[in-house]
Amino acid sequence: MGRRGLAIIAAGLIALAASGCTSQKTGSGGQPADGGRIKVGLVTKTDSNPYFVALRDSAKAEAQTLGADLIALAGKFDGDNEGQVAAIENLVQQGAKTIMITPSNSTGVLGAIKKARDRGVLVIALDTETDPKEAVDATFASDNTEAGRMQGTYVKAALAGKAPKVIMLDGTPGSTVSEQRHNGFLQGVGLKDGDPAIVGVEATNGEQNKAQTATENLLQRDATLTAVYTLNEPAARGAYVALQAKAIAAQVVIGSIDGSCQGVKDVKDGKVVATVMQFPKKMAAQGVQAAVEFGKSGKKPTGFVNTGVTVITDKPVSGLQSQDTAWGLQNCWG
Amino acid sequence: MSTIKERSEFILRTPAIGPALALVVAVVVFSITTDTFLNVDNLSLVVQQSLVIGTLALGQTLVILTSGIDLANAAIAVFATLLMAKLTLESGMPGVVALLIGIVVAAAIGAVTGGIVTGFRLPPFIVTLGMLTIVTAVSRIYAAGQSFPVTDDTLGFLGQKQYLFGQVEVTYGMVLMLVMYIGLWYALTRTAWGKHVYAVGNDPEAARLSGIHVRRSLLGVYVVAGVIYGIAAWQALGRVPNADPNAFQLGNLDSITAVVIGGTSLFGGRGSVIGTLVGALIVAVLRSGLTQAGIDNLYQDVATGVLVIAAVAVDRFSRGRQR
Repeated sequence: MGRRGLAIIAAGLIALAASGCTSQKTGSGGQPADGGRIKVGLVTKTDSNPYFVALRDSAKAEAQTLGADLIALAGKFDGDNEGQVAAIENLVQQGAKTIMITPSNSTGVLGAIKKARDRGVLVIALDTETDPKEAVDATFASDNTEAGRMQGTYVKAALAGKAPKVIMLDGTPGSTVSEQRHNGFLQGVGLKDGDPAIVGVEATNGEQNKAQTATENLLQRDATLTAVYTLNEPAARGAYVALQAKAIAAQVVIGSIDGSCQGVKDVKDGKVVATVMQFPKKMAAQGVQAAVEFGKSGKKPTGFVNTGVTVITDKPVSGLQSQDTAWGLQNCWG
Repeated sequence: MSTIKERSEFILRTPAIGPALALVVAVVVFSITTDTFLNVDNLSLVVQQSLVIGTLALGQTLVILTSGIDLANAAIAVFATLLMAKLTLESGMPGVVALLIGIVVAAAIGAVTGGIVTGFRLPPFIVTLGMLTIVTAVSRIYAAGQSFPVTDDTLGFLGQKQYLFGQVEVTYGMVLMLVMYIGLWYALTRTAWGKHVYAVGNDPEAARLSGIHVRRSLLGVYVVAGVIYGIAAWQALGRVPNADPNAFQLGNLDSITAVVIGGTSLFGGRGSVIGTLVGALIVAVLRSGLTQAGIDNLYQDVATGVLVIAAVAVDRFSRGRQR
């Protein structure tokens, strides 16, 4: 029986390897081995978040249009630095000329990035900056401070002179994106950390269920709030459910950031008043274009390339440019 | 000439043979189907990529041999990385001292786990599930949302490279893992302590009747496993010089995967650490090889899952035959 077991394992491995072989052949479209086509690697934080799925799908589509091969890898969970390091190493081995990465931890993967760059690989940070920024050749991302500031500015205007009384639903503790949005929001709404107008601050990891629990608990403490800052749209949905259960959702201004189609629908349905849309498809497409350009001419992109953010709301306020939800639904990322 | 029966008994007595053959098959297949898999750099990388899980899996093997399971191993290692990094960074403690403190604390957590398992006769699954939750929370409290870059040379030592014959990249971490595996293989197969571990896993009652201190043996296993997790923390800092409270969330399951693929029985009393080493390497080979073949992540996970089930099926079949 031991032998039969071995045979099963061997057969499984061969089947897998054979399927790998096939997909590689279709991928290279009859070109001579390793010739011509530019290999681009993409390493996202996870495979499960729809945002990264949009990033990946858009990168794949762009690569196909431009005739490049895209290999998409990811960490297993937010914070999987070891997984991202292994992904970078394997991509370099595989002969990728460009690696685009959304770093889980802005300092955790620097060693692997440096090794890749030392071997002449172009490394582009997508969506999330590394710390320091110079660790990569270029960054294609939203300005997250700006996104937070826009949410803050909108919330302040929407309150129309009412004193802000805010709860803040942050992301993963220590994440740069979370901090930048948090600080941007405070600038926009005109508050400082520690101001009594901030009723509570909770880490939600951007998850709806954690955001709901956090809001429920904060409401137990004080139910007279006027506004909710949320780091992303799942957090906003969690906050809405908690507020709705207390029947005070209508009197509270919920702002958010992201621009997923579900998030825009929530704005349309009035659950969330405004969301600040980012453009991951643009980041991915521009990243792939830069990779192909580098493969052809050797020209590397540099610095921070801002892919922009746009406020989506059906209740525009003066002094802040915005688009309505119809536009939002056409441009949302998934 | 050996009969088929003798040969299959050889496979039974040497549980690492099956996984070793699977590893060879995988390496051969990837070497043929891709241009980039079979070269010295890549093979060295594959080993480096298996260091942390491979070390965690070594401790896990010990616990599983006693028919236990350790869900807290990676959490303990992560806590140790935070201790080591934060102590050097914020208290200016020398790296060696911080390293030792990290390992001692990991061993102490192992002792607590073992103490609860033996003292209250609770199932290891439940105790380590509780420890996983507690240690993860303590890590987050201690880290306060921060991650800690490691600059100390001692803590980063295992990531340093030497070149054999001018081109084979070897890190100190690779050497240490090999030494640990050989050491534990020796201890398990050639010493009384090792024989007791197997006996306790096979049948604690029979072990007790034959004069083995079952509780003391079990407690020892959890303490040794704790020390190994502390060393896994050192390996982790050599790989990624950054202590992050969010790291290795799936390390417990990944280490169980390596143990199971390596042919150690989850029912205890049967298996070998060499099998586990091979199991850890198989997982890394699959991940690397499938990447070279241009296959995305999620399909790599599917492959690993198939392998786990296949490995347990082998264990099941061979047990059936044994009876």
